[in-house]
Order: sequence, then structure tokens, then C-alpha cells
Amino acid sequence: MGNLPSLRYFWPESILTVAVMAMFVQDLVVRRREHRVQSLTIGALFWLTLTALATYLYPSGTTPLFGGLIVHDPLRVFFAWIFLAAALLTILIVPKSKQVSDARVGEFFGLLFALMLGLYLMASATDLLMVYLAIEMVSLVSYVLTGFRRADRKANEAALKYVIYGGVASGVMLYGISILYGLFGTTRVVGDGGIGAQLADVSSRLFMAHAFGGQPAAQLALVVAVVFVLAGIGYKIASVPFHMWCPDVYEGAPTPFTAFLSVGPKAAGFAVAIRFFFAIFEKNVPGVGWVAVSDVPWPAIIGIISAITMTLGNFTALVQTNLKRLFAYSSIAHAGYLLMGLAAASAAGVQSILVYLMIYVLMNVGAFLVVISVSRATGGEHIADLNGLGTRAPIAALTLSIFLFSLTGIPPFAGFTGKYLIFAALVQKGGMWNVILAVIGVLNSAVSLFYYAKLIKAMYFEESRDDTPMPVPGLYTGILVSLGAMVMVLGIYWAPLLRWASAAFGGTTAT
Amino acid sequence: MMTIGPVHYLVLGAILFTLGAAGVVLRRNAVVVLMSVELMLNAVNLTFLAFSRFPLVQNAPMQGGILQGHVAVFFVIATAAAEAAVGLAIIIAVFRSRTSINVDEFDSLKF
Repeated sequence: MGNLPSLRYFWPESILTVAVMAMFVQDLVVRRREHRVQSLTIGALFWLTLTALATYLYPSGTTPLFGGLIVHDPLRVFFAWIFLAAALLTILIVPKSKQVSDARVGEFFGLLFALMLGLYLMASATDLLMVYLAIEMVSLVSYVLTGFRRADRKANEAALKYVIYGGVASGVMLYGISILYGLFGTTRVVGDGGIGAQLADVSSRLFMAHAFGGQPAAQLALVVAVVFVLAGIGYKIASVPFHMWCPDVYEGAPTPFTAFLSVGPKAAGFAVAIRFFFAIFEKNVPGVGWVAVSDVPWPAIIGIISAITMTLGNFTALVQTNLKRLFAYSSIAHAGYLLMGLAAASAAGVQSILVYLMIYVLMNVGAFLVVISVSRATGGEHIADLNGLGTRAPIAALTLSIFLFSLTGIPPFAGFTGKYLIFAALVQKGGMWNVILAVIGVLNSAVSLFYYAKLIKAMYFEESRDDTPMPVPGLYTGILVSLGAMVMVLGIYWAPLLRWASAAFGGTTAT
Repeated sequence: MMTIGPVHYLVLGAILFTLGAAGVVLRRNAVVVLMSVELMLNAVNLTFLAFSRFPLVQNAPMQGGILQGHVAVFFVIATAAAEAAVGLAIIIAVFRSRTSINVDEFDSLKF
């Protein structure tokens, strides 16, 4: 579809673009007003509502837009709702968090909308150049938001580490893209004449071998290029061996942004991974399902990465004392669980990823919200700061327990639903290897219970020096209770979410 | 006389990329590290241009398939400039808080 007709499918992105500028202008206009934070929050919520409305009114169906640079399909709509949920929670959390000074709230919201625009584009990019630009847009804004507290030593150290890691990762990814461009004469991944179509077409593979002086040479160049692109994606979802930035950045960034970073860009990274994976490694044979295209066992490689990622994440989390670092390693472990869904290389696997990501937004932002509530009252972010929370702030303690049990994957909480679907997808795919991977996943969940339970022990069984009730804003309590309730409900009744995910990818019902 | 073909450009690109990657790992000055990242991106630009000028795929399946490399380079240059701007701003913030930009001294975040 050409440029002008594409705009009809581009309303949310257009609104986000306006929102970025509007937030900065509003920030200047209300600079000296008394209720500037409230008015900026209302402004941000207004633009977010408008974006959500435009997303809700998306036309259905699948259409390539802007000459095939991005695609409009149900998958992108599903991801858009994940981003909207994460952004809504972040906007509500920021003003009272004491992590972002009142004078700079407008700036924060403006940058958050720019980040949202990048996430929307990441979730729909079907051209490698667009993938790079979208990832870069998300990254650049993330660097700034990580170093948002400019005077804070930890914040700007984290931002610098993030810039260097991010720059190298995107450089490596871009090098892979340039080699793919040389091999195929295009950066398009999905669609007619795209890289995926050319790979699935045997005659063009032979041609490529000829142009490169033989099958082995072409194969090697292709493998190297794909590994380089996977490095860029792996950095975005924080999987081993590109996870090193994650704990430092999570610790240094303002906590509301850490909460957003742990769900938004990670989900968008999985959107890119899903599109790339199913365009290049697999082709859809009607009646059979997804079958591998290349001779290299990519699903097995991703399975190994996933096993290492979750094991390393969980075992390193065991020794953490800082809550934000603990949740950083826990989020690395969750990237591992999610990669298992990709390793299953089936529609059911992708649907389980989608369901898990949606649930992960609820439980992880919820857990971070309790960390924020504690740190705004005590000024600390260590496990010891949770001591006595069971008596000091019973609701926060209870909801944190719910989120932690859910993150572990214990029934009847929502995290169990997500993990159950991922393991089911692996076992359904069959094969010795997939079952072993599922067993590793279950064992890892058991390990993760150990450090999550440590937090629960601190809240209920450790004595606190200060026994006075901890002030938690009413808004936070409201969000915590509703997130907790959603986590409980989705643990028992997940059918609608699964139906939605099935409609977003594959069109068939899993299980 | 030797003619310069695609292989020369590709090898030069690979060498520049390796030098950039080595610079990121080995250099201690944050500004030089950022420069090394820029070097990696320029190696990519060279590769893009080499593949555009000497296409391996003669029957480029898409219209403009061969021009795409040139276009990509413009985008890469623009994003590289944006990244440098953000990176230098962050380096200034770091310098203000600890009057040093030696990456070895950034160790307040550890596990």
C-alpha cells in the first residue's frame, strides 16, 4: 500500500507524534502554575486515551503499509495494548513516586510518548531498516530516561553503560543487516521478494550460492549475518549473552521507568523476534504448520540460549540484595522462559508468549510499584527495607506476595497460566529435546521460588526497627489491588486472553 | 593495473568494523569508546554502499532493491549523529558528577 492510503492505518502513531510535541509545549505553558504536575498528568492521560481509542478503532485484517516497511496485522494490535497498559501504569505511578522531580514530569511524559512511538513501530516493522530505526528510537529515548536524574552518580553511570552497550549491539545488528542486504538485494523481510520468501524459494537459494562462489560460502555468510541480527534483538530482550547492561540500567534508572523498561521494550523485542523468526527460519505449509527452512537448527539454538538465560538469571538473582537488581535478574530469567515459546516454533508457542507478556506487564509493574512505595517511604531499595511490611502496609505486602507467587508460576496465579501454556506448547511440539527444555524451565521456576520467597519472609517474619504504618498513596493502593485482582482472575479464567492471542497469531485455538 | 572490486570494499568494511569493536573493548576513555562505536557504524555504511554499487544479486527482485543501500546509509548517518549527541550529553553529565570519563572508574553499580 502506498504512503497516503497507509496513513489511515497510522492514526495511533500520528497521535503519539503529536503527543510528544504537545507534552513539551504543555510543560512550558504550565511551568509556573501551581498544579502543574496534576495538569501534566491529565494531559498525558488525555493523549494516551486518544492513542488507545485510535488503537481500538484500527481496521481489522492484514495490510502492508508504506510500501512494505511496516505491516498492519492483529499481532501488532495485540502488542499495542501491551504497550498501552505499561504506559498507563507508568504515567499513573510517576507523579507520586518522588523519583522524578516535579519540575521535570512534563519532560518525562514527552520522552515516554516518544518511546511509545518507537515501540509501536518495532511491533510492526517488516523491513530490517525499519527494525533498526525503531530499535534505535526506543534505545535513544531509553538512554535519556535512564540518566534522567542527572546529578545522581548511579543514574548517569547506568546511562553511559547503556549507551555503549546499546551502540555496540545496534552496530553489530546493522552489520548483519548490511550482509543480508548484500545476499538478497533487499532489506525487506516479509512479503513478496523479501528475504523470507527468497529463502523459502529453493531456486533463489541456488542462485545465491552461485553469486557467492558456492553453497558453503553463502551459507556461512548467511549464518553470520543472522547471528548478528539476533544479537541486536537479544540485547533488546536482555537474553544471555547480551544481558550485562540490564542489572546496571535497572538499578540506575528512576524506578517507574525501570518498571516500564522491564515490560515495554522487552515485549517489543519479542515482537521483532517473532516476526524475524517466522519469516526467515520457518515457512507456513497449509495443513502441516510451521516447518524449518534452513539446514541450521535455529529453534534448538534459541532453546539453548533460553535455557542458559533463565538459569543464569535465576541463579544470579539468588545472591542479590538490591530489589531492583533482583528484579533485573528475574526479568532476565523471564526472557529465558519467553524464549522457550519461540524455541517451540509453533503457533501455540507464539500464543503462549503473547499471553505471558500481557500477564508479565501486570505482575512485574505491580511488583515494582510495591518497591516504589517502599522506597518513597524508607528511601531504601534493599530486601531489608521490606522488613515488617506485613504489619506496616498490609495491602502492599499482600499484593507483593501475590505478584511474587505469580512470577514464580504457582497456581492459581496468572503467572502459572503463562508458564503452563509455554510448557504445553513445548510438549505439544514433541521431541526429546523440547521436553528436556520444558523440564529445565520447571526446575528454574523452583529455583526462582527461593529468592521470591526470601522477599516474602522479609515482609512477614523479619522484625523492623520502625513499626509505624507506612504511608502508601491511595492511588497506589488502588492500582495494586486492581493489578492483584487481575493476576488472580487470569490465573483461573484465562480463556478470553488466550482466544485474543490466538486471533493475533495463527488464527487457531491452542490446547 | 589492479581494479578495485566489491571484495576490497567488503574487506575494508570488515577491518574497520573489527577495529571499532576492538576500540570499544580496549579503550578507556569514554569519548574514544563512542568514537569506536561510530567507526563500527561507518564500516556498516561502507558495506551497504559496496553491495549497492556491486550488487551480488543481478536480478534484484524488487524495484529499487539496489538503491536501498544508499538510502539505508542516509538513515544510519542520521541515527549515528543522534546517538553521538545523546552519548556526549551523558558523558558530560558523568563528568560533572565525578570529574572523570575513564570507564574503568565507573564501578558504583556492581552485584
